[in-house]
Parts: sequence; structure tokens; C-alpha cells
Amino acid sequence: MSALLEVQNLSKEFTSQRGLFRPSRSMHAVNDVSFQVPKGRVIGVVGESGCGKSTLARLILRLIEPSSGAVRFDGLDLLAQRPSEMRRLRAHMQMVFQDPYSAIDPRYTIAEAVMEPFQIQGKRFAAAEATATVCALLEMVGLSTQLATSYPHQLSGGQKQRVGIARALALKPALLVLDEPTASLDVSVQAQIISLLERLQDELKLTYLFISHDLALVKYFCDEVLVMYLSRVVEALPSTDAPARHPYTRTLLDSTVEPDPKRRRHIAPLAGEVPSPFDLPPGCAFAERCPLASERCRTETPVLSNSGGGHAVACHHPA
Amino acid sequence: MSLMLRVDDLAVAIGSVNPLSGVSFALDKGETLGIVGESGSGKSLTAMTIMGLLPLIGGRITTGSIMFDGNELADLPESAYRKLRGGRIGLITQNPMTSLDPLRKVGPQVDVVARLHLGLDKRAAHARTLELLGDLRIPEPASIYHLYPHQLSGGMKQRIVIAMALAADPDLLIADEPTTALDVTVQAQIIRLLLDLVADRNLSLVLITHDMSVVAQTCDKVVVMYAGRAIERGTISAIFDHPSHPYTQALIGCIPRGLAVTEQLKGIEGTVPSVAHYPSGCPFHPRCPRAEGICATEPPPFVQHHDSAAACHFAVEVAQ
Repeated sequence: MSALLEVQNLSKEFTSQRGLFRPSRSMHAVNDVSFQVPKGRVIGVVGESGCGKSTLARLILRLIEPSSGAVRFDGLDLLAQRPSEMRRLRAHMQMVFQDPYSAIDPRYTIAEAVMEPFQIQGKRFAAAEATATVCALLEMVGLSTQLATSYPHQLSGGQKQRVGIARALALKPALLVLDEPTASLDVSVQAQIISLLERLQDELKLTYLFISHDLALVKYFCDEVLVMYLSRVVEALPSTDAPARHPYTRTLLDSTVEPDPKRRRHIAPLAGEVPSPFDLPPGCAFAERCPLASERCRTETPVLSNSGGGHAVACHHPA
Repeated sequence: MSLMLRVDDLAVAIGSVNPLSGVSFALDKGETLGIVGESGSGKSLTAMTIMGLLPLIGGRITTGSIMFDGNELADLPESAYRKLRGGRIGLITQNPMTSLDPLRKVGPQVDVVARLHLGLDKRAAHARTLELLGDLRIPEPASIYHLYPHQLSGGMKQRIVIAMALAADPDLLIADEPTTALDVTVQAQIIRLLLDLVADRNLSLVLITHDMSVVAQTCDKVVVMYAGRAIERGTISAIFDHPSHPYTQALIGCIPRGLAVTEQLKGIEGTVPSVAHYPSGCPFHPRCPRAEGICATEPPPFVQHHDSAAACHFAVEVAQ
């Protein structure tokens, strides 16, 4: 299988502005992240707020510029592309955003919103052709074509997210980056959107990078899983039923409650919360909260290393 | 076991709309009851109604009763409610920032509850707050006491809100989506904390949530709400083992059982109706796969089956 997307040692450092009495500070939002997305696969990126998963999504599409590292799409080095070439390439790699309320211009009708990607790519249509395109796209995402003349505020959250997906699919991309596409939706609507994404992936042979904080959802939806903690990938699971080896992944699993009263779990106490990404101490970022942490974890940062079968873990004491 | 809270056929009007009707449930001392539903189902409004906060949003109770420890709350005057609210009934909100004053240190905000409701003096209230923060597994209570809300993490802020709710030794705790704004690892810790509190202090807990998984992990009883109605109520095992309302069934089918076997996720067609457009008859009928002609015209009565009661014309068949 060839990799559609290849991310190599990707890092992004943000620097806060110097205040009157405060020196500028910097933080690594994404730190030395490497992975591959083979064609036709669904790769999940899971982590808690502030772990850098959304920044990673934006870096891949080059919506923000990385500090270092490389992103290759279909063999092309994206960071070497000029803005005009980048725009052309983005037709093949699209993003669906978390908040469908702010992803669509409120002054556009749904038809205009769906046609916007074509406009950006400089494609012009005859009126009849445009109508047919809009109808085809709306039908593809399970929306009534009568909604074409509606405005976003007349739609429900789930319908708006379908419009967001229709826009992303308009240019027939190969890769879809889904940044928490269901996080702001009710569970019944979330399940609708997930089934829609499953169907589209099958029909259009799409490749997904699915970003979420919900491990249960990622396990349901994805083929492979990357677990992020404080800007780094701490574990790469080759399949969703591969046993977790990183203590953080195991903590996430233990914290995920199941919709079954017969499977109540004992919630083990966990000290602290995700620390501030500014001024991280040396060593493993999870060491402060980790039950297995040793002296070595506080001094030496563990690197992500293969443990066979495509499974990689960044831990000095993996389970 | 003694009855702590009994809500009977409660209906609420705000102006000309009726966002809540036919809500009934009961809760014993030491029990945890989950109110579960999607956005706009009326779960938070139910909490506001019990807390006597309806006048704030221009609402009123049209029918029904709320019995709290033997006293009727439905027609209680505001002055009496003030003693109850934050005193015998504690409230935990979803977003801790709506409960905390950003301009005041967190410790004194907990003190004031005990001073107001228990009549403690400044020093006693201070000591009590420190003890309470320790009980809530807040590290170094004495230094946290002097911090402002913005200096605390989300989970820590939620613990302070829980401390405020507990400061006056309430009998009943109403928690409205207490973990929704938190990360999963922190959510698990707060759930554990609430369960321990219920057990240690023999509290009654009303847990309002959209998350069936959280309900499954924590509650003894469940009320499922849809479009301003309680459509099914029962024991936790009855609700999960034999859901008798198609909506309850569908809601359970919407959640990925990520860690166990993966069944196909089933969404529910259509969307939650808005309060101005509640359907006639059974409010779920436009989205219901089981619906027949009668469902669009006749509001279904509650049918008792196993350990649950469901407002569905076909409850017994659905539960099969």
C-alpha cells in the first residue's frame, strides 16, 4: 500500500507576544510528529484538549506553516509548493471542521456555500450545470435539494455539518481531514454523520484523518489510531483492538465509560490534569501523572519506537 | 428508604409555549437518578423548575407537583425557596465559570454558602471550606483557597463548584451536565468523586446528562426525556436491558461501544423538534420507525412493563 499522506518530524512552535512585564514564551503545539496515512485507510488521532491534534490537522493542509518537518501528499512535498500550487493541491485534500455554525458564511445560501470551493478553484459553470452539481452534492450527503435556497441559520446542526461535508467533497478530494466533525452534535445526529462518513468513504474510496477526543468513537470508526499527549504522539496502534501499551493510552481507556450498566468500571484515581504546554519540564510529559514513572522518565524524553507489527510506543516502561 | 424527591405530572409554560409537560419521577434518599436526553429535551428546564428558578426566565408551573422531603415546592414563595436553594438542595452547573465569580478568590466563595445557610462565623466557615476542599481531593487546599478561578484548571474549578454545592450540607444534589465541559480523564475523576459523595454522605443525586454511558456507569434509576416530556422511566437495568420506548432504544443504539464489540451505529432519522413545533400525539412519532396512525393523534399513556414505564402505544412489543 502506498502512503497518500506522509508526515515527517513535523513540529510547530508558537511564541506568545512579549508583554510589558512578561518575556515572550514559546510552546510546542506539535512536536516531532511522524506517521503515514495509506490510501483508503481511516487514521484516528485521539487526545485531550490542548494535545495539538487540531494544530496537526491545520499543519497538514498547510493552513498554518510548520516550524520544521515535512508533509508529503501523494509524493509531493507540500512545504515546497508556492501558494498558487498549494491552492490547486488543496482540491485533493479537504477539511471538515468541528463547528458547522462558523464554517459556513451566514450570508451564503446553501447552494452558494456548496459552490464556493469551485469558485476558489476558478471553475465556472453554466446555470443549469451549477444547479445539477449542487443537487448531486446535497443528495450525496443525504440532504433534500430543496434546502439549496435556504440560509445556514434555517438548518439544524446536523444538516449544517452535512453541508460542511458536501463542501469538502465538492472537488472530489482523495483525503479528508475531519477535525472533531461530531463534537458539537447530539448523539443521535452524531451517529447519522458517522454512518454518512462510513458510506462516503466506501463509495468514493476516500482516505480519512479523523481527529477526536472520543476514544470510543475513534475505536469504532478508525483502522489505526494515533494517541497524542502534549504535542507528541505517544502511541501508534496498528489496529483498534491492539492492546494499549502506553500508560496514558491505558488511562484514556480506563476513563472511557461504556453504555452498559453491567460493565461498570472502577475508576482508578489519577492525579492532576494536562499541564500547561508552556515551559514543559524535561522528560516524558506524562511523567507527573503516570503511575509507572521512574527517575529516567523525568530526565529523558522517550522517543516513539516500533515494537513490532506497526505498533509504536513512546515510553520507557511500556506495559 | 425514604422518599426525597417526587415530581408528579409537572408541566411548565413560558409565555404561550409549553416546553415541559407530563414529567414524573421519584427519588429516594441515597439514590442517583439520571435525567437523560438530547439538547432541547427539557432536562435543564426540569432542574431549573425544581430549583424554583423559573421566574428568572419568565416561566411558571401550570400543573403538577414537586414534593421535596414531604414539602410541596410548586407553590413555594421565593423567600422560602431562598433557604432551600443552596441550602438543602445544591446545584452543580455544566460550566463552572457560570457559578464562580471571576473577581473573587475561590475559597471565600465557598465560605459564603456556609455562612449564609448554616450561620457559621468567618473563622468556622473558613475551616469548613478547607476541610471540604480536602474531601474533594483538591491538593493543598490552603493555597488553592487563595486563588482566583482563572488560575485553576477546568477540573479544579468544577471541584470548587461541587464544594459550593456541598457547603451547606444539602440532602439533594442536582448536577446539570457536570462533566460535559471536561476532558475524558478529568470527567472520569469527577464521576468517581460524585459517586463517593453520594455513598459517604447518603446524598440523593439528580444527574442530568446527554451521555447514556455516564448514566450507565452511575445511576440507579433513569428518566429519558424527549421534546419536553419524560417518555420512559425505570431502573437502570430495565432501561438498558429492555428499553420499552423506541426513542430509548434508538438513543442506546447511537453510542459506539468502542471498547466492547462494535455493532453498527444507528442514528435517528430527522432532528429533535424545537419547542415551538412539538409534534402532536407522541412527540417522537415523526422519527419513530415503529410509528402508526394512532401515534400522530393520541398522546400515549404510560405503560408499566418490567421495571420501567414508557409512554408508547406499543411499549410492550418494543421491549420484546
